[in-house]
Amino acid sequence: MLEITKQLLRDIHLHSEDAYPEEGAGFLLGTETESRQVTAMFPLDNAREDEARHNRYLITPKDYLKAEVAADKLGLSLIGVFHSHPDHPNLPSEFDREWAQPFFSYIITNVDAGQAIASRSWRLLEDRSAFVEEEIIQN
Amino acid sequence: MATLKIPTPLRPYADGSSEVNVDGDTVGAALEALLALHPDLGKHLYNEHNQLRAFVNLFLGEDNIKDLQGLATPLTENDLLRIIPSIAGGAME
Repeated sequence: MLEITKQLLRDIHLHSEDAYPEEGAGFLLGTETESRQVTAMFPLDNAREDEARHNRYLITPKDYLKAEVAADKLGLSLIGVFHSHPDHPNLPSEFDREWAQPFFSYIITNVDAGQAIASRSWRLLEDRSAFVEEEIIQN
Repeated sequence: MATLKIPTPLRPYADGSSEVNVDGDTVGAALEALLALHPDLGKHLYNEHNQLRAFVNLFLGEDNIKDLQGLATPLTENDLLRIIPSIAGGAME
């Protein structure tokens, strides 16, 4: 279960719409006690080359470090990644699975004709064989 | 003894540690020492061909070890070696 405020989810949708027709991405910052809570986001530029950004995203190690430093300053942890699928369902692809990190929550938002439609969250299984969906609780 | 910094997603496989001190005079030896201490990290760092996964980057200071001598890059006593994942994905199958 992933808890996130309506405002943060709206911000993720706005970032995804701004990036359209390319994929937009960034980090989810937050805490994990009894439940996992997103309390901030860290949007980033898609570092993939121009011709690939419509169906691929990349966050570089240097951007990862920037996000980690920002999370530390806020007393938070990196707990996941969000990205958009322009004109494509909000389901993780095989490529998403191959590159997925354990532990992270992966929010995927489908953006159809420039409008963010819906977000779903996914986590990688321990054996890396598949993603399983986790419920998003908006508060 | 060098220090290895562990990224958030891998900390659950290193007893929750953000840093681990390891022996080893090269990056490769330090990684082996890390895996000896925390074997559950193995499947997330290495693929089925025993090669480092594509998203695993190792930075010594500001430098990616790919731009140095790779796993043979020498380490000294007080070096900080960071494991930093590249984060990637996308819609296309």
